[in-house]
This record gives sequence, structure tokens and C-alpha cells, in this order.
Amino acid sequence: MTEEIIIAGFGGQGVLSMGKILAYSGVMQDQEVAWFPSYGPEMRGGTANVTVILSDDRISSPVLHEFDTAIILNQQSMTKFEKMVKTGGTLLYDPNGVVKHPTRTDINIYRVEGARLAVEMGNPLTFNMIVLGAFLKAKPVIKVENVKKGLEKSLPERHHRLIPLNLKAIEVGQANLEVVQTV
Amino acid sequence: MGELRLMKGNEVIAEAAIRCGCDGYFGYPITPQSEVMESLMAQRPWETTGMVVLQAESEIASIHMVYGAAGCGKRVMTSSSSPGISLMAEGISYIAGSELPCVIVNVQRGGPGLGTIQPSQADYYQATKGGGHGDYSLLVLAPASVQEMHDFVALGFDLAYKYRNPVMILADGVIGQMMEKVELMDQRPRWTDEQVKEITGSWATLGKTKDRSKHVITSLEMDSHIMEENNLRLQAKYNKMKQEDVRYETILCEDAEYVLVAFGSAARICQKTVQLAREKGHKVGLLRPITLFPFPEKPIEELASRIKGFMTVEFNAGQMVHDVKLVVNGKTKVEYFGRMGGILPSPDEVEQALLQKLIGG
Repeated sequence: MTEEIIIAGFGGQGVLSMGKILAYSGVMQDQEVAWFPSYGPEMRGGTANVTVILSDDRISSPVLHEFDTAIILNQQSMTKFEKMVKTGGTLLYDPNGVVKHPTRTDINIYRVEGARLAVEMGNPLTFNMIVLGAFLKAKPVIKVENVKKGLEKSLPERHHRLIPLNLKAIEVGQANLEVVQTV
Repeated sequence: MGELRLMKGNEVIAEAAIRCGCDGYFGYPITPQSEVMESLMAQRPWETTGMVVLQAESEIASIHMVYGAAGCGKRVMTSSSSPGISLMAEGISYIAGSELPCVIVNVQRGGPGLGTIQPSQADYYQATKGGGHGDYSLLVLAPASVQEMHDFVALGFDLAYKYRNPVMILADGVIGQMMEKVELMDQRPRWTDEQVKEITGSWATLGKTKDRSKHVITSLEMDSHIMEENNLRLQAKYNKMKQEDVRYETILCEDAEYVLVAFGSAARICQKTVQLAREKGHKVGLLRPITLFPFPEKPIEELASRIKGFMTVEFNAGQMVHDVKLVVNGKTKVEYFGRMGGILPSPDEVEQALLQKLIGG
């Protein structure tokens, strides 16, 4: 199994850390993983994206032209990455701020209102974990227990008190996944 | 099995330096490798292994600190990115001329000049053909994964001491910024004073005792005949590297009709291209030089006599392609494909170039 994922949105939405937790969770279930961010000036307040690859085999290229899954969190990223989802692949997006909704008919499309749900949870910083929860519901490539282990491993000890909140956010995301279309 | 962690290439350089018992790191920050010194400073190894970590006032100062400490038999290193390595070039030439061991990491970015902070492989010539003045070579290791970033630090020190020669780890922004799973080596102690004496006692400046003559560390020799002997000794050393320490990896070359040649992260992209091309029935393989100097001439020569063509894939205007052409010597076609300025070619872009330049043509 190899799952090639792009996560794309604004800098500050937690795109890179969501990718990191996903990658760490992959390590926890003995998979090969790669996490490759866009870096440089474009990160500062602009768009941010990260490629995460989970695989049972040795990983080849971290630079990809098509993805199994695109997790899209703003309009710019929709414009750029909708066309790069493999036929039969998966697109998950937060409709908040998206004006041109996806139109592809050959891919699975899901949505999650991550921004709204995060505000309802009383902590906007839970946004990326809600989206991660929705992704894991749409594509259970990682077991939630391994995400917990991944959080424990990737967060410094002083932040461990936030783990229950993060796990709650994942549950909220899982419960609020909306299916737009499946192929 | 060692400890498993998810780490950035740059961070793992720092971790590996501490764990392999490095005595000192001297550096100056520059994107895309600033995390090397950042991680070292955060880990405070001077409190645990006693390793010195020092931010110098410039790259020129860093490399000369390396020069001085290496002369005392200490296992020391520096890291920088392309423009910083240019600043170090004079010092590197002196270190090579004085035959001192050290490890220099270059996490390349695009040039010339300040260029861009995005990944590049445009320092291939600089790394493999000198860079500073005079007839010298560095032993150049090109990691293609975060694991190799880790492994090549310890390997780099071993080779540097084997040859009393600087070793360069030539990485790029992709490997530096990417996180992968890495198995860390167990902590090794730094050399004790007795070990330093045993290993470097014949040349290092450890304090002169009455029973031996002075150790002079210099690259200067005013007598041309002696200087030529020095040059011949250096050349003999480089030849020994060619005999004993060529490293490379081949993927699906056994039945290949076409072979991609790429190093570092370009080789990772090509691995996917090989897969894409094979799915379409094209017999494509990959040869990845791990040492760029000494260059893997033999396997290229062997392939040259039986395949239909090579294509090098490089994040530069075509540098390694000339080394491949020298070895192939007209026996088969040699093409080049690359991108510059920090643009990374995607696996399908490489595949299209391969179809256009070699398979289709």
C-alpha cells in the first residue's frame, strides 16, 4: 500500500503540523513515511502545502505530479490541486472560503466544515485535527490509536495535556464528514 | 535496532554529529540548512559529550576554525549552503593542501550569486572539480534520503581520517527540508586524548615531545621539487579513493535498455520515473552515484557497452553529464535533462524527456 497525499492551505492553518502528525502516525504503524513541505518566502502568510507519503515499501519521489488524496483548505489550493488528484482518488475540502467548488466527476469528493466546527469547539487551533479526523473517516489509512501514539511522540511533554482535545477534534471531524460524491 | 525517529535531513545531520562523537561544529546560518546549527544549539551537546558548537562571525571564520581544530587531531565539521561554501573555498583548498580530515556539508540552493533558497544541484562542479584553487579533490558523498544524511556523517569522518582529506556531504534543499523515518546510531564516545594520540600522533599538533621532530601543518612549500612530490602524493591518494571507495546504487539495470543517471533527490524522482516507464513496457533502470568523487566509472563503462543510452537528470544546466560522457566515450548516447532555479522536475516530466530524447528518438 502506498498513499500519496497533498495537504494545502494557508500558512497558519496547521497544514504542516497536520502532515507531521500523519507522518508520525505512519511511523507508529511501521510504515515508511516522507514529509516534504513547500518552504521559503511563500510560507509566510501565503499558501503552504506539504506532501505526505505513507507506504509499506521504500518511498521513491517526494516530488509528485499526481496524488491519491488532496486535502484542500483554501481556494488557491483548489485551483492548483483539484486537477492533480488521480482518477479514482480522493479530494477532501473545507468549503469555508472556497468559491469554485470541485467539478471533477472521476474522483471521490468529501467535505468537512473544519473552520466552523473548530469555532464551535471553542478553539480554532483544533481546525487541522478536525480535518485530519475527516480524512481518516474517508480513508482509514491510519488507525486512530496510532495517531494518539504519533501525537505523544511528536508533541513535547509540556503539550501532552492537549492530546485529549486533539483526539476529541479528530472524533468531531470523523462525525462530520460529508460525502459529496463517490466513484 | 537503533532508535527510530521522524526527522528533517538538516536536523539529523546535527543528531548524527553528536552521536558519532564529533568534537566540534563551527558554522554560520544560511537557508536551507540553518536547522543544523539550530538543532545543535538546542541539544547543548557541550553539556553531554563535550562537543563544541560555535556560531562563527562568517563562513570564512568557520572553515578556518575547522582548519585549526582538525590540525589538532579533532573530529570537526561545518555546514553551509552554496554561497557560504563559495566563501569557504579558500579554506577548503588549504585544508586539502595541508592534508587534514574534516566533514563539510553543503545543502545546495540555486545560484549563481545569492540565487534562490530553493533546492539545486548546481554545485556539482564546485564539489567534484575543486572549487578552491590548486589540484585537489574532496571525497564527495551525495545522500538521497534522510537516513543517508544520518549515515554519511559517521562515514564521512571515517573516510576523512582514512585519507586525511576533507569529505563533503553534497545534499540539497529537498533532503535538508524533508522528514523521513530514520534509525539513529547509538551514542559513541568522543575520542579520548590517548585515542587522538594513537590515531593522529604522526601528524597532528598535539604538543611536541622531546623524542620527535616538529609537526608542521601547512600547504606552503617553496621548493618546487618537494611541492611536486606533495602533489604526486595527493594524486596517489585520490587514485586510492578511486580504487577503494567508489559507492553507487543500481535499480533495475540488469535488463535495462536505457539508464537514468542521477544523484541525491534527483535520483529519488528518477526512481518513480523508472516505475512509470516500466509500467509502459520501457526497460529503464537507474544508476545513482553515491560518491560523486570518486565517480562510479566502472559500472557506467560496463553499461555503456550494452545499453541504448543514458540520460542524466540534474537540478542544474548539465554538469554530471560531462563525467558520464567522458566514461562512455562515444560508445552509446548520453543525454541530459534538468531544471534550474529551484524548480523540481516531476517524475512524469522526466519520463517525457526520456521518451523524447532517448526512447522515441
